[in-house]
Amino acid sequence: MRDPATEQTLEGARQTRPQMPEPLPEPPRDRPLRDRILDVVALYPEPRSAILPALRLAQDEHGWLPDEAFEQVADATGLTPAYCKSVASFYDMFRLEPCGTHEICVCTSLACTLVGAADTLNAFRDELGIGVGETSEDGLFTLRTVECYGGCGWGPVVSVDERYHEPLPASEVAPLVERLRKEGKA
Amino acid sequence: MSDQRVLLDFEGDRREIAVYEEAGGYATLRKALKSDPAELVATVDTAGLRGRGGAGFPTGRKASFLPKDRKPAYLCINADESEPCTFKDREIMLRNPHALIEGIVIMSYAIGATSAFIYIRGEYRTEFEVLMRAAEQARAKGYVGGSVLGSGYDATLVIHRGAGAYICGEETALLSSLEGERGQPRSKPPFPAVAGLYAAPTLVNNVETIATVPFIVERGGEWYASIGTERSKGTRVFSLAGNVKRPGNYELPLTATLRDLIEGQGGGVVDGHRIKAIIPGGSSTPVLMPDQIDTGLDYESIAAAGSMSGSGAVTVVDDRTCIVQLALRTAEFYKHESCGKCTPCREGTRWGTDILRKIEMGEAGQGELDLLLDVCDRILGKCLCPLGDAMAMPVAAFVSRFRDEFQRHIDEGGCPFVDTSPFSGLYHDHDHAGAHA
Repeated sequence: MRDPATEQTLEGARQTRPQMPEPLPEPPRDRPLRDRILDVVALYPEPRSAILPALRLAQDEHGWLPDEAFEQVADATGLTPAYCKSVASFYDMFRLEPCGTHEICVCTSLACTLVGAADTLNAFRDELGIGVGETSEDGLFTLRTVECYGGCGWGPVVSVDERYHEPLPASEVAPLVERLRKEGKA
Repeated sequence: MSDQRVLLDFEGDRREIAVYEEAGGYATLRKALKSDPAELVATVDTAGLRGRGGAGFPTGRKASFLPKDRKPAYLCINADESEPCTFKDREIMLRNPHALIEGIVIMSYAIGATSAFIYIRGEYRTEFEVLMRAAEQARAKGYVGGSVLGSGYDATLVIHRGAGAYICGEETALLSSLEGERGQPRSKPPFPAVAGLYAAPTLVNNVETIATVPFIVERGGEWYASIGTERSKGTRVFSLAGNVKRPGNYELPLTATLRDLIEGQGGGVVDGHRIKAIIPGGSSTPVLMPDQIDTGLDYESIAAAGSMSGSGAVTVVDDRTCIVQLALRTAEFYKHESCGKCTPCREGTRWGTDILRKIEMGEAGQGELDLLLDVCDRILGKCLCPLGDAMAMPVAAFVSRFRDEFQRHIDEGGCPFVDTSPFSGLYHDHDHAGAHA
């Protein structure tokens, strides 16, 4: 499976990728969802502009976007639930069905696939025992393929819970999954 | 190639405002706020700076289209970098976020904008956090907010995260999305300069374009125009990806060539392989052949070679890859991202993808290669926005440049490159049936 030519590219990628900052902690959910949505509504000249951040807050609250979430977003933004749902369905990052504890997204766009993304994807399927778009029986993992993530020179890019891992060759999939399983049980 | 960098002329990063100020940052803003706004636009025009998002339209001219007397007016920064193979705005935001913020405030002042927005793609979560923190630091120092540095000019900045839709990088779709709609493009005219965000005059500019503005205002339009070629001025941050030894982002003057980038910076193609194809400006641009490696990276040279410099993303494909698979994966992307608003793109991206899949699987008849070209022809120039062309242009070029390879799939009833091509794991992996939906 290991190909010396691709290894050469990945070694170069590790050298050119900028140092990434530590992720910020999740924003606190100490106040009601409605109040937090009203905070973002206040940033914009018109309330409707806040629909994407509002949907994101609702999704973080529920883990996905059930009908209740659309009611909540509609209520706080002055829109209708159907409108909110139609907007959410346009964008890939909104989940219209429940998702595992860890969402794993493998970029299979051009540049990542040139340097081994198909092997990385198939390693995740073997390790997790699920197919693309499926959630593992224990509810820990959902596996997806995604289009270009903008890490093209540092691929294969995999995002785990919205944080990029790059480059992530197939050989590094098993240790990552093992770590996530341990975290998941804790 | 001489080391002539502007935007990324340093090691490490300048995320901390003190580091950026130490390097002279925000001094130009102080100077700009004492200048005549029209003169600032004229300086950018003199520099010959062209939009670095993909269209390459002269930035100063675009800014001059905004009516001076209509308020509110808006500046929107397009940080929705999504064209496959492109990752340079991400590096600029990660390493030099304050150059972007300083450029935003200068440009806002120059066009008399009442608010500025950064529309950053939702997947760039860490980059969003970097910008939020940089904006907070800039606000605390009085560079952003009410009466910037006591000038009386108010610079409001909102950083807005998208949620995963390539089309939102098209400027009118970006505005639809920012207004809280599905991110579908609008008919032009009216152009955003006349009726943009909330129907107000709006300037939409790419991250790299605006981050370059402070350097131009600091050192003068003539200085910037002295770098590069006659019609392609300055430097550009090129994204280099694919089968090279050192992929990454490299800032080069626009006098550089593909060879300077691929071999000089990227170390050349990986050992044991040769270049089969070069995609010179993001996945929507027509493929170039290995013997075109001495083509200049400026807008005109790449156009003369039969392609486009697009987003400045150069991808090297080596001899392991099946071009039909490459074309199929390209087409699938645009099919996935087509918003469905206009017919040629909605129907054509799906139809073209279906034909390519049949060719790859060895299920296509002789006539279907010409049918594929016919589908491309029925898309080209007939769509509401450039997305349809973004699928049709590269697919048509793959067929015309590698026709024999497509023909072999038809003649041999399957893919001759299954064993070597890195895309085979998506399309032919029988252990993982239905690998790529």
